[in-house]
Amino acid sequence: MFLAKVYITYKKGVLDPQGSTVKKALGTMGFDTIEDVRVGKYMEIMLEEKEKDVAEQKIKEMCDKVLTNPVIEEYSYDILEVRK
Amino acid sequence: MGKKVDYRELGLTDKEYQLIVETLGREPNDLELEMYGVMWSEHCSYKNSKPMLKRFPTRGKRVIQGPGENAGIVDIDDGQAVVMKIESHNHPSAIEPYQGAATGVGGIIRDIFTMGARPIALLDSLRFGELKSERVKHLFSGVVSGIADYGNCMGIPTVGGEVYFESCYTDNPLVNAMCVGIVNKKDIVRGKASGVGNPVMIVGALTGRDGIHGASFASEELSEDSEEKRPAVQVGDPFMEKLLLEACLEILKSGCVVGIQDLGAAGLTSASCETASRAGNGIELDVSLVPRREEGMTPREVMLSESQERMLVIVKKGRENEIEEIFRKWDLAAVTIGRVTDDGFLRVKDGDRVVAELPVKSLAEGAPTTVNESKQPAYIKDVQRIQYDQIPVPEDFNEVFLKLLASENICSREWIYRQYDHMVRTNTLVLPGADAAVLRIKGTKKGIALTTDCNGRYCYLNPLEGGRIAVAEAARNLVCVGAEPLAATDCLNFGNPKKPGVYWQFENCIEGMSQACEALNTPVISGNVSFYNESKEKAVYPTPVVGMVGLIRDINKIVTPGFKKEGDLIAVIGENHGGLDGSEYLRVIHGRVAGNPSIDLEKEKAVQKCCLEATKQGILNSAHDVSEGGLLINIAESCIKGGVGARIELDSEGKRWDEVLFGEAQSRIVVSLSEHNCKLLEKISEQVGCKVLIIGKVAGKKLIARVDGSTLVKQDVAEISRKWRERIKCLME
Repeated sequence: MFLAKVYITYKKGVLDPQGSTVKKALGTMGFDTIEDVRVGKYMEIMLEEKEKDVAEQKIKEMCDKVLTNPVIEEYSYDILEVRK
Repeated sequence: MGKKVDYRELGLTDKEYQLIVETLGREPNDLELEMYGVMWSEHCSYKNSKPMLKRFPTRGKRVIQGPGENAGIVDIDDGQAVVMKIESHNHPSAIEPYQGAATGVGGIIRDIFTMGARPIALLDSLRFGELKSERVKHLFSGVVSGIADYGNCMGIPTVGGEVYFESCYTDNPLVNAMCVGIVNKKDIVRGKASGVGNPVMIVGALTGRDGIHGASFASEELSEDSEEKRPAVQVGDPFMEKLLLEACLEILKSGCVVGIQDLGAAGLTSASCETASRAGNGIELDVSLVPRREEGMTPREVMLSESQERMLVIVKKGRENEIEEIFRKWDLAAVTIGRVTDDGFLRVKDGDRVVAELPVKSLAEGAPTTVNESKQPAYIKDVQRIQYDQIPVPEDFNEVFLKLLASENICSREWIYRQYDHMVRTNTLVLPGADAAVLRIKGTKKGIALTTDCNGRYCYLNPLEGGRIAVAEAARNLVCVGAEPLAATDCLNFGNPKKPGVYWQFENCIEGMSQACEALNTPVISGNVSFYNESKEKAVYPTPVVGMVGLIRDINKIVTPGFKKEGDLIAVIGENHGGLDGSEYLRVIHGRVAGNPSIDLEKEKAVQKCCLEATKQGILNSAHDVSEGGLLINIAESCIKGGVGARIELDSEGKRWDEVLFGEAQSRIVVSLSEHNCKLLEKISEQVGCKVLIIGKVAGKKLIARVDGSTLVKQDVAEISRKWRERIKCLME
């Protein structure tokens, strides 16, 4: 059994309106050392697999096909083994 | 600067490059070459279309601003004017439907408020492949939600439009957005950089790396690796644009502004050289002063960036502070980046270093125009020839009727417009789903009617007639709600203009549209050309979308398509002849895209005059023009919208029954009116010289159609209503 933690954000260079709004809000609240804020998505996916390689390959495929919009988003992931 | 840029990769030809070298008297550097590359792309220079576009009638006594500015303007009396334009965002939407459509809407809204007008309505003309594949559904739903979210966030109602599904648009959807604004004539502003020494400011969002080369990208055919061309995709921020809109309208009121231009395709490059060129001046600017979103951007990236929600403002000298103050209030950046000069050059500096120096006239207007080779494509003869004796007349007309009613091109568009906020600002009097949308002009009795129209299939079968029909139908839609058509804006979507067949379609559509605009007195005041709508060697149907505005003098006399009262008579204004050429019936029932559709503009004029006069006299209870699906579908729609049945009795006069019921011959409007008003309608029709024929009665809960005494169709209105409404939802879910 594996737990995949998938992180999805806008690609570098793509405008992130939500990120800039949060940044602005933080600035007005007095957090004046904020350099940049990017807002993304975080997903946890449990897979019933024996091999980590296979799990990773499946997660990659899911990311490319469904979980992200490859035109404007990028992703990274961690895969952890878990015991039932 | 790294390796030398190849001009061919920027889409410039050898001849064009030679001309640039001659004009400059030297080789351009890389940045200069890239600036030429974007400005001389078809998207910015209209080099393949300019000679043809001259054909359009663009003058009229109500025209205040014709083509050549950010948008066209037409007079609606009382010191007020309507500002409007339609523009395509086809290529970006094919790559990223949601953001592509959203930024298309954002761009067209900026074109309107740049002229000093407050945007009051949006319309969208969309084309997709048939709703069968997941890919098409993804494009369709993405585009619709992109439009909805942007318009809804901005607080501008999306009031109308159209959508067609045909296989030729499968890989290359068309997304055309139209925006309409209202301005007091005295407040109109233009995109000119006048007054030497006046400061030039960039305002609104920060500049990032997005969309670099969007203009050149739009001037290519889509290919397999288009998905890899990722930098061309921009993400829109409607809340930012809302702030920009309010801030711009405020600075325009302040009297500090000389000229203003939106940063659209080719970004800062095009905005600076176009404003300078219009005023016959030059501009000097320093890219190091442009506020940026990202680290380490080069002058090239700043000059070519297509980051959204930005404007270039030319300000009266010494009043920069007032502008900064207003923008600060709206939480937006406003920075002086240069000034207007008198030498006719666009001089780009990076700090103290001059990185580009180009003559603005050459950059903005100097792209050599071409008249391409034009030849009638071979398919025309094949598709126009159709032997009707080989097309069987159906036996079960009920079945045919239901099939047609559920066609993607005929069924209700509710699934789409339910996602749009069409009531925000509470001026919308006639909602989506009618022949045209109607908005009131607050504080007056006036209203304006808006529509977009184009049957691409007709244009494919006969570009000349198709072009005429597109204009005629747009005007007819306006007349149906009781509006006098005033002016048109057009979005010409075609394939690769270097192909003689495509260019021939282009030429003929423009000729046809021009003829109809002249006949119906609706000059073209703005527009946009989108070529290279091709994929895998297949071009889309020639699709010259016509957006039109009409004036209603008294909003109490608006007419809508639904039948109102049992006992009313149903009449056809115009000749009740059939015409199956190019019909939806031929496509859906017989799988044929064939025939040679046509229109008689003199008859059309008379029909429109008759309907308009009848609405003015207030004698019509409903009016709806006959279009896709023909007479019976038209009547079914009026039944559905009125929640009431109808009995129709037709005489075929020897024509095929399918032709009588489903033919799409032009110049017909179906109206309903109370019996005692019939005499008045007949009188009007005699005066203008068109026919009126009573064909039935609004009655009961059923739609019953009889031809030559035989009952061909008998349907429960509630039942067909459900089928018609739920069709797209069913296909999508």
